[in-house]
Amino acid sequence: MNLSMQFVRMENVLVLRLEGELDHHAAIELRAAWQEQIRVHKIQHTILNLENLHFMDSSGLGVILGRYKELKQLNGEMVICSINPAVRRLFDMSGLFKIVRYESNEHFALLSLGVAS
Amino acid sequence: MNNEMNITFKSISANEAFARISVAAFVSSLDPTLEEINEIKTVVSEAVTNAIIHGYEENPHQTIAITCTLSEDNLTVIIEDFGLGINNIDLAKQPLYTSKPELERSGMGFTIMENFMDKVEIHSVPDEGTKVTMVKEFKKSKTLCN
Repeated sequence: MNLSMQFVRMENVLVLRLEGELDHHAAIELRAAWQEQIRVHKIQHTILNLENLHFMDSSGLGVILGRYKELKQLNGEMVICSINPAVRRLFDMSGLFKIVRYESNEHFALLSLGVAS
Repeated sequence: MNNEMNITFKSISANEAFARISVAAFVSSLDPTLEEINEIKTVVSEAVTNAIIHGYEENPHQTIAITCTLSEDNLTVIIEDFGLGINNIDLAKQPLYTSKPELERSGMGFTIMENFMDKVEIHSVPDEGTKVTMVKEFKKSKTLCN
């Protein structure tokens, strides 16, 4: 698999660390795994750590926007952190950071959601 | 350098990575920057994903064809499917428009192609298929010309 996902739960916050490449193929698996975490573990917020995500296309934007909407329904938030410049370009092009918060690293992202790491 | 390559592969999503890596490997002789490589990989991924999702509606038994031509420092990539075609190309090109919101498509595919490449042409005939032709000039040639 080209994408590896690491899920860590802290209280009602899910930390999701992605590594590798996020395209349409990987987005299908990511969506299923992420939704299961939200449902099974009563997750309200997600911190998406993209430090080791080296490639993403518009399918990645789609799955992230989809979960943003889902968390919003649960009165939750999504915070994205540690993004590389190539991936950042797509976020900037889509305007996603107008609605999703960005923090420079996972520690600040956790603090912003009131979780001490 | 003048060069050409053709690949055809089945319309399965696992081939999205194969397609973008193949095209990236083909242009490596131009000594592209990391940014240029990333742009090429992204646009190939977008066009192949469109073919799979929209052209073939995820039928895995169809064929996608890619032709790459290098002429001096220009790359032409043609990505073709033989599926449903696009009814309204102008609408499809609009940022954030998607005909399949239920699949969580972002509607950014053509916008990204137009941003990352120097020229993008879409030719589509309903029930015959879609052909996306993209051209990129590599920076080295611009520097030499100036």
